[in-house]
Amino acid sequence: MIPVNYYLALSAVLFGIGALGVLVRRNALVIFMSIELMLNAANVAFVAFSRQFGELDGQIMVLFVLTVAAAEVAVGLAMIVAIFRTRASINVDELNLLRG
Amino acid sequence: MFELAPLVLAFPIAGVLLNLLFGRYLNERWISIIGVAAVGGAFGVAVLQALALAGSGYHAHLALLANWIEVGQLQAPWQLRVDTLSVTMMLLVTGVGMLIHIYASGYMHGDARFARFFIYLNLFITAMLVLVGGDNYLMLFVGWEGVGLCSFLLIGFWYDAGEPSASARVGGEPQAGAGNARAGRKAFVVNRIGDFGLLLAMFMIFWRVGSLQFDAVADYFSVQGAAAGGLATVITLLLLVGVCGKSAQIPLFVWLPDAMAGPTPVSALIHAATMVTAGIYLVARSAVMFELAPVSQMVVALVGATTAFMAGTIALAQYDIKRVLAYSTISQLGFMVAAVGLGGYVAGMFHLLTHAFFKALLFLSAGSVIHGVEHGAHATHAHVDVQDMRVMGGLRSKMPVTFWVYLIGALALAGVFPLAGFWSKDEILADAWHVGMVEGHWHGVLVYVLLALAALSTALYMTRQIILVFFGAPRSEAAAHAHESAPLMTAPLVVLALLSVLGGLLNLPGWHALGTWLEHTHEFFQTGAFNALVAGISTLVALAGIGLGYRVYFLAPRTTADAADALQPALGPMFGFLRGKWFVDELYDAVIVRPFERGARSLAFALDWNFWHDGFHNSVLAAGFRMLAAFLSGPVDKTVIDRLFDALAGAVRVVGSRNLQRLQTGYVRNYALGVVLGVVAVMGYFVSRSI
Amino acid sequence: MTAAPLIIFAVLAAVAVASGLAMMLSQNAVYSALFLVINFTVVAVLFLILGAPFIAMLQITVYAGAIMVLFIFVIMLLGGERLPAPQQRLRWQQPLAVVLVLALLALAGYVFAQGAAPAAVLAEPQDYGSPAALGLLLFTKYLFPFEFTSLLLLVAMIGVVVLTAVEERRRRLPRASRRT
Repeated sequence: MIPVNYYLALSAVLFGIGALGVLVRRNALVIFMSIELMLNAANVAFVAFSRQFGELDGQIMVLFVLTVAAAEVAVGLAMIVAIFRTRASINVDELNLLRG
Repeated sequence: MFELAPLVLAFPIAGVLLNLLFGRYLNERWISIIGVAAVGGAFGVAVLQALALAGSGYHAHLALLANWIEVGQLQAPWQLRVDTLSVTMMLLVTGVGMLIHIYASGYMHGDARFARFFIYLNLFITAMLVLVGGDNYLMLFVGWEGVGLCSFLLIGFWYDAGEPSASARVGGEPQAGAGNARAGRKAFVVNRIGDFGLLLAMFMIFWRVGSLQFDAVADYFSVQGAAAGGLATVITLLLLVGVCGKSAQIPLFVWLPDAMAGPTPVSALIHAATMVTAGIYLVARSAVMFELAPVSQMVVALVGATTAFMAGTIALAQYDIKRVLAYSTISQLGFMVAAVGLGGYVAGMFHLLTHAFFKALLFLSAGSVIHGVEHGAHATHAHVDVQDMRVMGGLRSKMPVTFWVYLIGALALAGVFPLAGFWSKDEILADAWHVGMVEGHWHGVLVYVLLALAALSTALYMTRQIILVFFGAPRSEAAAHAHESAPLMTAPLVVLALLSVLGGLLNLPGWHALGTWLEHTHEFFQTGAFNALVAGISTLVALAGIGLGYRVYFLAPRTTADAADALQPALGPMFGFLRGKWFVDELYDAVIVRPFERGARSLAFALDWNFWHDGFHNSVLAAGFRMLAAFLSGPVDKTVIDRLFDALAGAVRVVGSRNLQRLQTGYVRNYALGVVLGVVAVMGYFVSRSI
Repeated sequence: MTAAPLIIFAVLAAVAVASGLAMMLSQNAVYSALFLVINFTVVAVLFLILGAPFIAMLQITVYAGAIMVLFIFVIMLLGGERLPAPQQRLRWQQPLAVVLVLALLALAGYVFAQGAAPAAVLAEPQDYGSPAALGLLLFTKYLFPFEFTSLLLLVAMIGVVVLTAVEERRRRLPRASRRT
């Protein structure tokens, strides 16, 4: 069996890639995808721990994460569409109205 | 079935809330259905309580609703006491109350404040049930004040009476301006005096007994016996002050006639049948103390008898149909107070019940008469005082149902055999006879004589009223065009008339149903023996009164509205004295009200305004304060403090915000970077700690 | 421990990391989305290996299916495959971000290295990860959160409708003028 540490390492790497994507990309859609990747990395950790301890609670958590992710994507994409209507752009760097 | 007891309060409260929240969206039909159903439900519960008592050996049952005040020794829970005395009162309040609610839904038809009226009525029922159902003096006091409040609200219900918009309403008294509101205020203030006495009595009870629960008080005084006689005398005299206020006895009766400014159902419910009898209930409830205080008993009996006589004579010379009934009510309340003062608690309660029946009947019938004449006045555009008996006459054929029930009510009130009033009044007179003749107390004789004279005047003024209102020829256009009221109003009248006829069965001599029923609450509650001699004298007195009235008023009928009263020549200046209500109002006005106002004015102008305001306040306080304020605001605040903080704020602005502003770039990704930075920092911190 | 599972894991992990990197780096958003699909599929296989068949299927249908379709749909709708202008602002953020993420991974690696070796993985219990077992848990212990997610989804649904609804600006002519 693969030790749980391997999965956690994979989870960490995927999370890092996701975080990097959020930080360096300007396309709002890709930023969203990166967030999904981060959530997915968390899911990997959940399932791995679940297997490690032989409890199903971790998998249940994944279920809830999935639900939240679905809701979040729906609302987020709707917001992107709404922003695109007014600004004609999905470049987050053009959205700096809140500048101090 | 005892567990249903809290429902007796829940029903009227629900009625209040429903009409309060939704009344504005409902039409009159539903508002009145809610109001009547609320009281009807309470009546049903009260009947069930009575059955439960009968089925469980008549033992008092306590139903704890909630804890209220628990401070050291003082324990005052919200607790209902279901015993024969309280159930009797509950049945009366809800039963007669329900009939009056039904009547009111017809009488108040078309009133702009229809829903409010039923809210107040249901609130009154709630408060009255708290009063009679409570298990301690504090709860009784809450109900006592509650009914006082409702009485105030309902007397001033047409607070705008007299204004053109309100003058056209059906049954409205064409009084000027805020007269009704003033009447409400008078009732409230006069009642306050009585409440003060009741409060002091409660303080005394708590001080010496350590509890306000009825049982605890009763136990204390039973154990102490004659040793607590002095204390009992003080407490009962203070209670008497409360009784005088609420039950309109000398010297605090002046508010009740003015209370007739309220709508007639209110006069019937509150100022005849239920609220004003709270004083009698209070005395009956505190019977243990009164039995230990013969002096108080004597005072109570004399006050009651004097009131009965005085109010009875005043009623002889009044022209306002409701005012006659108001003085009659005071007079009958005097009978009851005299009865409980003589130790005839059953007689007092008996008269309370029968009086509730026939006086409610009389008031409601009077309302029907007013209603009819008002219609006539409206149809003919005549401007008359629709409550003035001088403009009535000949209504017998116009309003047959009202006439017959009024006649029954009047005969019952006059004490004619075998109607309800005969039995109950006779029992009181028999008790007085017993105390005076058999036990040989001088005050018993005096009470008996006063009450007999009051009974004579009762028969006389009721005969006068009947003849003035219903016989002879109509003395105004309005009376000529009057017509019978709607069935919704006459139906309760018929029921009350039946009760007025049969009410005597409650405590018929030899049967004593009420006596044996109330006996279970207290051993003092005993029915006196029937005295054929007294009954005979009573009957003779009643017949004499009626005969006199017939001779004076029927054989020489009043022909015009402004003719002198037929009794006037015989009595001479006496009549003016009675017509002026013994000038008690004027006496109070001269002795209390006007000196009080004058004193208040002099205090306000001389002391408060001239001395305190102009002198001390303006020249000393205000000037000194202004100087101090000028000093503080000028040198201290403006120069030192302001500059300090200006400098501080300027420094912050220059150092902080100019530089910190740059951090807020507006770029989301920037902020995300900040988050990651924070994560790394926190993780680094934990890792470094673990090393 | 035979080498086979380890090799399988290594291959899958490599594909996952590679597709993740490709998703992050590719300039065309459509490619990004497709790489993400690959990533999700691989992770689903990992779930299968970890004894979570139900979650794996859910991952495929919800993530790789529904959510990614939504993404591609929006990309196509808005024409957001490429951003028109080259990056001008915040150029300095990129190196900083790489350093920070590497630091994060280094810290995580340090924690892994320091942590005690995990206990041996338990044998897979009976019915582990089956829909029945999962459902039982979901409707007993996690009933309230489960019900609550329905509320969450409802709110999201309403939110989406509100956010994307086109404001109707019907300029109705006054009645008088319409009659002419």
